[in-house]
Amino acid sequence: MANTAPNIGSQICISKDYLQPIFEALRKRNYRLIGPTLGEGAIVLDEIQETWDLPMGWTDQQQPGTYRLAQREDRSLFGYVVGPHSWKRYLYPPVQELLEVERRKDGISAQPIPQDVTRYAFIGVRPCDLSAIAIQDRVFMGGPHQDPHYRARRREVFILAVNCTRPGGTCFCVSLHTGPKAAAGFDLSLTELEDVLLVEIGSEMGKEAISAVSWRPAGAFELQAARQLLAEAENHMGRKLDTHHLPDLLYQNLEHRRWDLLDKRCLSCGNCTQVCPTCFCSDMVEISDLRGQKAKRVRLWDSCFSLHFSHVHGGNIRPSIRSRYRQWLTHKLAFWFDQFGQIGCVGCGRCITWCPVGIDLTEETRAIQMEGTK
Amino acid sequence: MTPKDVNVSAVQEHFKSPDPMIPYSARVTDIKPEAYAIATYGLMFVDEKIRAGYQFMPGQFNMIYLPGIGEVPISISSDPGDPERLGHTIRYAGNVTRAISRLQVGDIVGIRGPYGSAWPVERMRGQDLCIVTGGIGLAPLRPLIYTLIRRRSEFGRVILLYGARTPNDMVYVDEFPDWETKGIQVHTTVDRADEHWKGHVGVVPMLFYHIRLDPKQTTVVTCGPEIMMRFVIYEALARRIPKDRIYISMERTMKCGVGFCGHCQFGPVFVCKEGPVFSYAQVEPFFGLEDF
Repeated sequence: MANTAPNIGSQICISKDYLQPIFEALRKRNYRLIGPTLGEGAIVLDEIQETWDLPMGWTDQQQPGTYRLAQREDRSLFGYVVGPHSWKRYLYPPVQELLEVERRKDGISAQPIPQDVTRYAFIGVRPCDLSAIAIQDRVFMGGPHQDPHYRARRREVFILAVNCTRPGGTCFCVSLHTGPKAAAGFDLSLTELEDVLLVEIGSEMGKEAISAVSWRPAGAFELQAARQLLAEAENHMGRKLDTHHLPDLLYQNLEHRRWDLLDKRCLSCGNCTQVCPTCFCSDMVEISDLRGQKAKRVRLWDSCFSLHFSHVHGGNIRPSIRSRYRQWLTHKLAFWFDQFGQIGCVGCGRCITWCPVGIDLTEETRAIQMEGTK
Repeated sequence: MTPKDVNVSAVQEHFKSPDPMIPYSARVTDIKPEAYAIATYGLMFVDEKIRAGYQFMPGQFNMIYLPGIGEVPISISSDPGDPERLGHTIRYAGNVTRAISRLQVGDIVGIRGPYGSAWPVERMRGQDLCIVTGGIGLAPLRPLIYTLIRRRSEFGRVILLYGARTPNDMVYVDEFPDWETKGIQVHTTVDRADEHWKGHVGVVPMLFYHIRLDPKQTTVVTCGPEIMMRFVIYEALARRIPKDRIYISMERTMKCGVGFCGHCQFGPVFVCKEGPVFSYAQVEPFFGLEDF
């Protein structure tokens, strides 16, 4: 046991029982804890109070178009991967009331609606999702215009990352270099070992949170065990995406016949865009009183799969499912490079699991790669 | 304006922590019917500070907002040299624009902007200009025409090729004689003539056959339906105008105007941020792609 606080960047070991005091330390600092928990027949994100709220001893089985919960033989805290929810629902909520508007004689009064200012502590952020948060940071804070609400919430977030030692059937973070180990952007990062938690300190705040519990520097055995688990995880990715020449490949194949096949399979339901942790498109709706004197401007998640998404006077730009799926995939894997300097996919596999007909973007991309240009 | 007026606080808020979604009140100062279901709205910001600080470049657009109805992106069609008196030429097409059609002088709308890229006026200096457009597509080009007139000596020949479905669909026709005396050659055509029409009949790109362009020093700018722009580009390329000397203005759905909502994506670009004005060289790989 050591009395001094560990240094940033150092790796330490704590007992699994000490997760609870860390939670309490965070709560004492006015954080609201959000983490994985059992609900809706899946592992979803919700408020958690204590370690018991985590899906201890549970795991998930994911394949294209299927998601099943299962019991594990052990009592691991983090023996599963990502569920249908992603952290964007807290940083960039699905429904966000932005402005309260009133018509007056001397003008239109448009007042920003006070936003949710909860300080969130995200518990159990997987490396892929950590990259997804970094991607959305660029979307909402990296341009000439910034989203003040996203920025306000983002600034306050505490992130406890969890490295993945058991990848799922639709995971491919290794292909995108986002996992299975969190590289940066966390306050604390955990690797769950058999009997202890290996913790990496990522920030001052992380250091502060850990100061509540007793710890010891990580030993060679623990470090080696973690390294081995993560190396094994790298070899057990359920999916693989060859990103070599990816933007150009799709640029050159915008009329590939694969899009015609997708036109027949894709239901255009938009599930993939709702579960995707990087998808950021939104609609703006007006909610008005009956007299039209007062109104609210509300921002809602939108999906490029809906027909109205591309509506201009005289019709829709993308009337066919073929064109809408093409828009989604090429945006994610190609145009994102031009817009934000990186790929828009983190390899979390959600869009594959939650597609009702099991369309797998890695398979679609491979098909275009294999069949070559046109 | 009372000190309690929310717009004042909104302005302060704007300078302190910019919330790009807040519109500012502007009063309708005049309404000029232009053509069938098209009118130009003169607008003036209610707040003096906003009015004094507002500037725009030719080709940019504003988001125009009606409380309880919604918001639409509309090109600015007035003179950038007189930004206090904004003008928007609006065709009544959807929900919001139909509600705009019910506005009267003195009514208030919300405006935020200006957004988007502009016609590259500096790059056009010393060049001949061929402006090709149809119908209300002339609206985003009128600020450019005003700019050219103001700085006429810096440019070579300026030719406007303008068409509309019928003579009743033409906008700004009352200004054409003035433009002609100020050194703009105007050629017009209609798809369908009426009994008073004595000019050309045919689609806009056909007007290229009535003029001669010098490929070494001509810039072509166009705005209109994509199918029209496609043929304008075709005619321009046939006359050996370089791709980076052909400029287009694109239209897409927009919900935010600042690159958040994703609706206006056109391949790698956000039309609201990188556009609406593009050189053909920029968009060539995607322009004309079906359902893109």
